[in-house]
Amino acid sequence: MGVARYTKDEKDRITDVELQSGIHVKACYGPEDLERVGFSYEKDLAPPGQYPFTRGIHAEGFRSRAWTTRQYTGFGTPEESNERFRLMISHGQTGLNVAFDLPTQMGYDSDDPMAEGEVGRVGMAIDSLRDFEIAFKGINLEKIGSGLTINAVASIMLAMYQAVAEKYGFDPKKISATPQNDILKEMIGRGSWIFPVEPAVNLIGDTIEYSMTTLPRTNPVSICGYHIRESGATPAQEIGYAILIANAYIDNVLKRGYDVDDFVGRFSFNLNVFGNIWEQVAKFRAARKLWARNLKEKYGVRKDSNMYLRGLFGGGGYGLTKAQPENNIMRGAYYALSAALAGAQTIALCSYDEAYTIPTPHSAIISLRTLQLLMDEIGLRDTVDPLAGSYFIETITKEMEQKIEEEMEKIEKIGGITQAVATGYVQRLVSQQAYEYEKGLQSGELKKVGLNIYTEGEPMEVELHEYTGESAEKQIAALKQLRRERSDADVKRTLTELEAAARAGKNVMPSLVECCKAYTTVGEMARVFRDVFGEFQEPGLF
Amino acid sequence: MNRRPIKILVAKPGLDGHDRGAKVVAHALKEAGMEVIYTGLHKTVDQIIRIAVEEDVDVIGLSIMSGAHIPITEKLVKKAKEEGIGDKMVVVGGVIPNRDIPKLKELGAGGVFPGGTPFAEITGFITANVKS
Repeated sequence: MGVARYTKDEKDRITDVELQSGIHVKACYGPEDLERVGFSYEKDLAPPGQYPFTRGIHAEGFRSRAWTTRQYTGFGTPEESNERFRLMISHGQTGLNVAFDLPTQMGYDSDDPMAEGEVGRVGMAIDSLRDFEIAFKGINLEKIGSGLTINAVASIMLAMYQAVAEKYGFDPKKISATPQNDILKEMIGRGSWIFPVEPAVNLIGDTIEYSMTTLPRTNPVSICGYHIRESGATPAQEIGYAILIANAYIDNVLKRGYDVDDFVGRFSFNLNVFGNIWEQVAKFRAARKLWARNLKEKYGVRKDSNMYLRGLFGGGGYGLTKAQPENNIMRGAYYALSAALAGAQTIALCSYDEAYTIPTPHSAIISLRTLQLLMDEIGLRDTVDPLAGSYFIETITKEMEQKIEEEMEKIEKIGGITQAVATGYVQRLVSQQAYEYEKGLQSGELKKVGLNIYTEGEPMEVELHEYTGESAEKQIAALKQLRRERSDADVKRTLTELEAAARAGKNVMPSLVECCKAYTTVGEMARVFRDVFGEFQEPGLF
Repeated sequence: MNRRPIKILVAKPGLDGHDRGAKVVAHALKEAGMEVIYTGLHKTVDQIIRIAVEEDVDVIGLSIMSGAHIPITEKLVKKAKEEGIGDKMVVVGGVIPNRDIPKLKELGAGGVFPGGTPFAEITGFITANVKS
């Protein structure tokens, strides 16, 4: 049971199942269902690695390459985070997924009054290149790619990543960063926005334009349906909105006179896994098809590999419960199974204690082991897209495709996604849905084990990650020392150049790299942007 | 009888942007007949107190997901007293470990409602305890 709505008769027999996206599931599927939804093998499926990539982007799936494991990691000082990064890598993790604290995400230095109480709390505190030097020490940045969970100031953090790579002698052309860099989703959910829509989208355009030549292996934007879903969107809305948001970023770069095939191949996606397993699998398969078709038909993309939907499919935090927290380990395993069955490129899981706080090393490694177990023990690498050809899966994949298209049309009708976010339409819609969902849980209409069914047993206390103010004090002391040691003249010069570039509407990336190399702080660079661009005015809730 | 519906400020203090919970609770309070004002994100304690004074609310509700609930609540209660609205009820929700609930109450939170608390419990508590 779970996230779907079930209707039963008096004998407890299921008479109807309605998935979150509005698809009704039948008791049994056959060839007549494929006919009903207009399924065509050539048009809807085709072999793996071939357009429209429903079955996956590689001909041999996980045989040719296992998914990357990338647990969200980072807390306290750069020293503490570096130690945790190395721990995860030493346990076989194949990529990093860097968590920044809220002041860093919001463009404030650790000693800013706005940062009080938050330094190093939900992620690593980063003030300057010096902190990145510590955080990435001893990590081969040409071998390990880094997801950077940063949005409003993603341009700054990408510049800093290039600067730290160069400092350690790595070739920028060989490093692979994946900043989230998706500001429209921050405005829908998660809330780490700073600047208004237009300049914020322009900054994303700058990172994409800059990466084409300078950071060709970097994925400058990772469109996050994940957080849109966490905010209350249905799976169909999650994908529909993500594709529309990606299009908004494409349009920004096209206006600069580039060919879409020059850059869109580096787009990636960060999507959510929780809820009904079949709906998740159908969602990812439909998403690959729709993204490829969108690029081919709307934008005229020619090269096949540029049409790949490459995705981190992450176990959704909203699926976890505080009640009976150990159940979250099993939930994570099923979410990972869904992601693997659906052909993810990268998988990450929320750990079982994340309904409380950021994970301990113990819980983070359980998540990593869950992923490794599926890969090396259970057989998820054996064959590509193992559910393909199932009457059920192919039918609901097709139905999911239609639901996603309907959601996209609704947004296009009211003026497009940028407008729908700027006016708060999407935010109001998903928060209303979140409220309805919550009511469903509280009334028991939606079932959740340990929360509203099978609640027996004593409440358990879990060992939690402890936050102490000590890391914050150390970080602030290190920042003060940096301010004394760096060249004020270099800082002033690079900030002046940054401001001039921002005011002139030039690509700010080269100036940001120079700022970073001069040990200008994140707060100082963000201050320039705040002064030039202003701040986003959040639309009302009701 | 009741002079007016209970007026409550749902506030998101600090830098945390996770607002699903705040918005969901705002909907529930509104549906329970209360007048709800939502501050939006990234508000300082000073800004929240200013809105509370200007709007003459009965209750200030804080939604905190980052783990900074103790320092923020402490600061807000202190500021409320300084601004002469120390008698207003303060309630706190969000990602709150059980072990922190007594501490929050000691700091002056009237009610503490960790994520997942039934709406009826929240609205019932507020209705029963607001000084009219």
